[in-house]
Amino acid sequence: MELSAEIKREMYWMMLLARRVDERAWVLHRQGKIAFHISGIGHEAAQVGAAFALRRGYDWVTPYYRDLALMTALGYSPTDFMLSLMGKAAEPSSGGRQMPSHWSLRTANAVSHSAPVATQTIHASGIGLAIKLRKEDKVVLTTIGEGSTSQGEWYEGVNWAAVHRLPVIFIVQNNQYAISVPPEMQMAVPSSADKACGLGLPGEMVDGTDVFAVFAAVSKAVERARKGEGPSLIETRMYRITPHSSDDDDRTYRTREEVEENKKRDPLLMARTLLEKEGLLTIAQIDEMEAKAKQMVDEAVKAAEAAPYPAPEDAAFPVYAEEVRRG
Amino acid sequence: MAEITLIEAIRQAMDEELARDENVFIVGEDVGQRGGVFRATVGLFEKYGGERVIDSPLAEASIVGVGIGAALYGMRPICEIQFADFIHPAFNQIINEAAKMCYRSNGEWTVPMVIRAPYGGGIGGGLYHSQSLEGLFTHTPGLKVVVPSSPYDAKGLLKSAVRDPNPVLFFEPKKGYRLIKGEVPEGEFTVPIGPANVTRAGSDLTVFSYGMMHHYTLQAAETVAKEGIDVEVVDLRTLYPVDRDTILKSVRKTGKALIVHEDNLTGGYGGEIAAIIAEGAFSDLDAPVRRLAGPDVPAVPFSHPMQDWFMLNPAKIAEAIRQLARY
Repeated sequence: MELSAEIKREMYWMMLLARRVDERAWVLHRQGKIAFHISGIGHEAAQVGAAFALRRGYDWVTPYYRDLALMTALGYSPTDFMLSLMGKAAEPSSGGRQMPSHWSLRTANAVSHSAPVATQTIHASGIGLAIKLRKEDKVVLTTIGEGSTSQGEWYEGVNWAAVHRLPVIFIVQNNQYAISVPPEMQMAVPSSADKACGLGLPGEMVDGTDVFAVFAAVSKAVERARKGEGPSLIETRMYRITPHSSDDDDRTYRTREEVEENKKRDPLLMARTLLEKEGLLTIAQIDEMEAKAKQMVDEAVKAAEAAPYPAPEDAAFPVYAEEVRRG
Repeated sequence: MAEITLIEAIRQAMDEELARDENVFIVGEDVGQRGGVFRATVGLFEKYGGERVIDSPLAEASIVGVGIGAALYGMRPICEIQFADFIHPAFNQIINEAAKMCYRSNGEWTVPMVIRAPYGGGIGGGLYHSQSLEGLFTHTPGLKVVVPSSPYDAKGLLKSAVRDPNPVLFFEPKKGYRLIKGEVPEGEFTVPIGPANVTRAGSDLTVFSYGMMHHYTLQAAETVAKEGIDVEVVDLRTLYPVDRDTILKSVRKTGKALIVHEDNLTGGYGGEIAAIIAEGAFSDLDAPVRRLAGPDVPAVPFSHPMQDWFMLNPAKIAEAIRQLARY
């Protein structure tokens, strides 16, 4: 599918907004205003490229914790994220129950997930099964880090989708590190996409720093899935520019030189260069986007700081569906 | 009214629920053409087809995880774990995912599903076809744990479980599948999840049990009745959330309590019942609360003399009743 200039700019905007939100989270952490942040910096191209390949709000997503840009593209706002970082009541994923970046957004069909990795892979196949049973044309997109493809539950989930030809797109975000452990300690194949061969579905590796390349690959997989031709596995490859989380010190396992070298392939920079070269993005437009992002993030922080915490006794609910209070 | 076996009651419940609600489907190992290794689903594959009675790949985490995904989408899966002993690979999906979904998403997502698992020994099944595992799951808010002991309850409780908006773990006493028979009315009825059942009124002491052990307890109560001991028997039926009121009411009446279960003694479910009684009816007790349970060895051995040593039976229960009655 050929993308219009407008859509391309919108994709850049989503990446930029997610980046500025993410950066502010690090600042808030250093200021002692929040307790924890897990970052998606370096992942924006893969996530925004994948999101734009979906019919957002119609298709389903089972995400993982590094998906700030994906969730932003699905409608999770900077204010939502700031509320989450501060554990405020109005945070939409869990009402302050879960740590930040443990997403859920019912309005976007983005399913709640936990911290033990690869559990969401099987859920994606279950959703895919339900879609198939109801003979609908929706698809499910699920994301994961490359280290988590070592989990048995990941294989079980992908296998299910392959056996039953379910409309699922398995996206691996290979950022070269599972906290501190490199891919060669996770798998004996050069890419997690190679695992598809043994499970009986198409596997493809794509440059995860190129938002348009990811969009093209995922669009193809979505089309296959929607036509009932089954699941696909796509490894998007990028570099995790930040430490694993605000509690990690990446100087214990990688050099500053390595990080600096990889920043040259910062996906935001890559998209900007490409769009400028194509004449689709001017300096004035970028300045405007930056100003807008800064304003949105400023307002989000202000709104979240002013927002109330949950009442302590709300921690008692809702354990069972009967206790859910709507509206 | 027809007299049917426990497993026939379970099959009837699934048949009627499949007919009632097109969102209901069965997934598990060998549940399709084979009709289940215990024949619980026999005839359902022929009647409802392979899309609603699905043979799963041999991977328990995915049986539960796919069920969760489908339930999130609005389906009503009945997941079969072939033997409770094989449930451990799915532990993560049950405890971390199904049970926590409603709470962690502040009620945005719920998991209406049933996990059926045949449990218990005395069938020559050795360590891995005999386990009683309720103690591992009755520590989990968000999950409901049900153990029927009669065909009537099995059918009524399973139908309630299918309609329940929460994950329900349904442990079936497999030794009783064909051994336990009882009258079950034709047509629609349900038994609510929650209330315990006083299955024999008595005045000297109360025995609390469930599943196969409840069946044996009724036999033991008849034996000691001939010796002049008048036993009240309570079938707990729903282990979580437990019916405290019925437990305390009975102990206040009889003044003595014996808890019987096949699962290991230490850290077992009986400890919780003993604690409820100690906290709520201490001044009504005429004797220490007693527990009769499986021995603290890893699981049931295969060889018959050793299996018999492990297993409780009506004679052992009768002896424990006599001892408590003499106190």
